[in-house]
Amino acid sequence: MHDDLILVAWTLVKVLAITLPLVIAVAMFVYWERKVIGWMHVRLGPNEIGPLGLLQAFADVVKLLIKEIVVPANANRFLFFMAPLMALIPALAVWAVVPFSQGLVLSNVNAGVLYLLAMSSMGVYGIILAGWASNSRYALLGAMRSAAQVVSYELAMGMALVCVLVLAGSLNLTVIVDAQQGGLLHWFWLPLLPVMVIYFVSGVAETNRAPFDVAEGESEIVAGFHVEYSGSAFAIFFLAEYANMILVSFLAPILFFGGWMSPFPASWGLLGAPGFFWLFAKAFVFAFLFLWFRATFPRYRYDQIMRLGWKVFIPITIVWVLVAGCLKYFHIVTPGA
Amino acid sequence: MSIELLAFYLFASVAVVAALGVISLRNPVHAVLSLVLTFFSIACVWLLLDAEFLALALVVVYVGAVMVLFLFVVMMLDIKVAATREGFIRFLPVGIAVALVMLLEMLALIGVRAMRVAPPADPAIANGMANIQWLGQALYTRFLLPFEVAALILTVGLVAAVALTLRRREGVRHQDAARQSQARARDRVRLVSMPAERNEEPRS
Repeated sequence: MHDDLILVAWTLVKVLAITLPLVIAVAMFVYWERKVIGWMHVRLGPNEIGPLGLLQAFADVVKLLIKEIVVPANANRFLFFMAPLMALIPALAVWAVVPFSQGLVLSNVNAGVLYLLAMSSMGVYGIILAGWASNSRYALLGAMRSAAQVVSYELAMGMALVCVLVLAGSLNLTVIVDAQQGGLLHWFWLPLLPVMVIYFVSGVAETNRAPFDVAEGESEIVAGFHVEYSGSAFAIFFLAEYANMILVSFLAPILFFGGWMSPFPASWGLLGAPGFFWLFAKAFVFAFLFLWFRATFPRYRYDQIMRLGWKVFIPITIVWVLVAGCLKYFHIVTPGA
Repeated sequence: MSIELLAFYLFASVAVVAALGVISLRNPVHAVLSLVLTFFSIACVWLLLDAEFLALALVVVYVGAVMVLFLFVVMMLDIKVAATREGFIRFLPVGIAVALVMLLEMLALIGVRAMRVAPPADPAIANGMANIQWLGQALYTRFLLPFEVAALILTVGLVAAVALTLRRREGVRHQDAARQSQARARDRVRLVSMPAERNEEPRS
């Protein structure tokens, strides 16, 4: 019993060691997004609060926390307040299986990828409940769109993950990274190039980000599922969405770009050594892509989102599962070479 | 009491309470969410039994997809809360009869299993493999034929469901994305160059 208590306390410390930096990363990511999009629009972006506007995100958090939460008339109060939590809990729980470096992971489970899929599919409940409990037509429409979109893109994402599993021969994320040893050309992006693109685009769609952000399309349904939310309840939705974006940005390098492996040959000394900073650098590139997409692409039309998911992505991934199987069977790609 | 036993009691009691909620809650949306909670608690119990794949598949398939569509439909329907309560007394005897038969069947199953000498050891652990690894190997070698037959039956069901709801109507316009993306500006807009004209309207 005593050992159990220590285990629980130690796990709690580790959870905090992941969650707190994640929340700060979200704050800085929001700042970076506003800055990058500002530059792309030939504006300055936030520059008033703190040096270079760095404290803008924290000022926004304080503002959101002290604002009043307005509950719409005839809204279902219990579900109205449950919905943000239902969005946030899976978004944080996923991080339990994400390895940051060799052995640096909260829970090194064998079914890591399945756990990822399970948790990311839970996130849609927050959106649906928010839409329904708000008792607003705009919110309900946003929730419906989001539910259909997330369920469809999850299939493409799942099939893309199957390709990675076939090559790596394991569902364990650390083993998947280890299977990509041997430099830039041994990473899975090369044999799985179309799947890599599909995975990331599905990730963008699954987090409801531009150009797939019809769930909150400002031009038609105001702000979609969170139109009735204000103050800290809205802030929690915001936190969940950005935590999910950072998660997708971390998973893309782990699954396809060698995780914490260095892109340079091992003979280059410090540059060639693996380390968590490589993973963070690669994740930063993918997080930047999210912002670049948002500043570049116009919003997809809803029926075209569905067409892209069902008629383009899923058939390609199904074919590529076969291709990946052949690559593995004929030893063209050998894990951990 | 070990922490695993404590967790088991926690998940099991949540599952039972949530299952009661499914049949007793007045609001259909609450009932569906209660069902989600039941599935999730059961998945947690299965995880405690080292059945990782089964537990996570339950969450991915039922919690993540099937129940989302369920919720989707229930939210779209305008169900009168009072109307769902009307048949409660009338259908109670039938419900009790079904529940009793199920209870008897479960007791019989437990009784049959208890008569065995010893419960078989976990085959995954016996073979020194992870649960998922063993399951995959067993499904794709020993049980390949039943597995493929099950997949085929599911596909047939899927095709049948689509075929039943597919209606052909005359005069429906379809969008062909391939043709849409082939459209070029010069096919649609003609730019005409012409000299500027002096505005010579008559003045009054």
